[in-house]
Amino acid sequence: MKWKRRGDYARSMGDTFPQFTPLGDSAVVVRLGDQIDLKTFHEVRAWSQFLAEHSFPGFVEQTPAFNSVTLYYDPGCISWDDVSGWLQGNVAGVGASAPHAGRTVEIPVCYGGEFGKDLDFVAQHAGLPPREVVEIHSQLDYLVYLIGFAPGFPYLGGMSERIAAPRRKSPRLKVPAGSVGIAGTQTGIYPLETPGGWQLIGRTPLALFRPDENPPTLLQAGDTVRFRPIGEREFHALGGGAR
Amino acid sequence: MSILVQRPGLLTTVQDLGRRGWQQYGVVVGGAADALALRIANLLTGNEENVAGLEATLAGPQLEFTQDALVAVCGGDLAPNVNGSRLPMWRPVWIRKRSLLTFGNARTGCRAYLAVAGGIDVPLVLGSRGTYLRAKLGGLEGRALQTGDVLRVGSASPYAIAMSQRLKAEAEDRPFASVLWSAGSNLADYAAELVLRVIPGNELEWLTDESQAAFFHNSFQVSPQSDRMGYRLAGPKLELREERELISEAVCHGTVQVPPDGQPIILMSDCATTGGYPKAAHVATVDLPVLAQLKPGDPLRFQPVSVPQAQDLYRAREAMIEKLKVGIALHGGAGP
Repeated sequence: MKWKRRGDYARSMGDTFPQFTPLGDSAVVVRLGDQIDLKTFHEVRAWSQFLAEHSFPGFVEQTPAFNSVTLYYDPGCISWDDVSGWLQGNVAGVGASAPHAGRTVEIPVCYGGEFGKDLDFVAQHAGLPPREVVEIHSQLDYLVYLIGFAPGFPYLGGMSERIAAPRRKSPRLKVPAGSVGIAGTQTGIYPLETPGGWQLIGRTPLALFRPDENPPTLLQAGDTVRFRPIGEREFHALGGGAR
Repeated sequence: MSILVQRPGLLTTVQDLGRRGWQQYGVVVGGAADALALRIANLLTGNEENVAGLEATLAGPQLEFTQDALVAVCGGDLAPNVNGSRLPMWRPVWIRKRSLLTFGNARTGCRAYLAVAGGIDVPLVLGSRGTYLRAKLGGLEGRALQTGDVLRVGSASPYAIAMSQRLKAEAEDRPFASVLWSAGSNLADYAAELVLRVIPGNELEWLTDESQAAFFHNSFQVSPQSDRMGYRLAGPKLELREERELISEAVCHGTVQVPPDGQPIILMSDCATTGGYPKAAHVATVDLPVLAQLKPGDPLRFQPVSVPQAQDLYRAREAMIEKLKVGIALHGGAGP
């Protein structure tokens, strides 16, 4: 059996970054580290921003993730060799650029009760009163590493391990849009009504996915999220439940 | 002009060539699972390639046309007929108003594409008219067609108007008429035992040597748990050398993932933008259309190719489509 091994494509040696590896015949992954940390995240931001501002004929789109940026291109316009050569030629230029600062976005959340049916479970698991879970969850700043998985879904970093909780054994068939959940040491917000296995601790009245706006999401990679506890009255006043 | 949906079929959606540029916001590309069939159907009706048409799955719809229409059906053979007479595929067909276009069950392939001159006119959402069911986005109210739906059709091109006049004259009092030539079916061989050309994935070497060999030597079957998001395969269990965490990163249409149960999943056009399973391979773009025509139970194999080989195949296919365009334009100008 003969096929090209990864080493034939990676233009960098060993475990140094960036590494350029093909994602099929129409995309290339620019890998910038092998773990989730802020240093890697800043490089992801710099590459993502660079690719958004410097394209070439055949460039289709770019999308950032935790430790990589993926560039999609049209192989009818430009070959793998030329794309990887272009990327290699821009390593120094990207390294010198400073990413824009992200915004801070406050997200009102009605915790517990009907909106966060698993808050008591999370509290029990943590050995804390529910009120303290809410306090811990809403006191921290969370970094939006990327938007992925579903339209507008933010992968957030920065949750306290004190309120970590396992996923539900059997996922719910319908999780309402806006639900705020915990899975392991991650917290997130469901932008759409979907099935889901996260422990639900609350719900936001804000729409995370806004297909009529540009950008079509409340949050973007690089933003900082702060949760603000609200009551049911404010939840409805902010349009919650109307969607 | 509009189309009345008399019966929706199993799963019929409005599709075009998808949404590009929004993956950084988690918005999937989507679009026709067999983009080649939709592109050719559009070309045959004088449309731009990316105009919206209908994608019918396994058992197709019954449609009534309120006005005369020029249509083309490409892709899988879902036994299309007009008022009971077989409708020829892969060519422009003129249909008289109030005729019924009825699809049956799939004979070959899995998905049929109907293009109508002027295209299906639903609102553009994030640059596309395609339906993304999971987010209830695009298409007709973000959902599959239902009985009683009315689909508006846009304005036909001069090519389509000329072709319609010519075919209408030939039809005399029959409910439809088509040209004698066909185009594009040679680009899509759905009947052959499918060997998918794949580019090795970044985590292929995470698999044991035996599993890597099994991946390329054994046959897999499309399982019933397969849809526009992904095809689950049944076959030899693929095992990792050791349990390893993969940090979620981009995946795309054609990515072959290996989840913990060892049964690979080929991601299809509605796949999520990111994934966290090891990627064994990626189907070459040129083989995505025939892949979309596999139905549950169909066998497939994987054959490794390099990125440059896959890109050469892609450019060769695009060159054939360019030739096809020229040919179709020449036929259109040939007069009655």
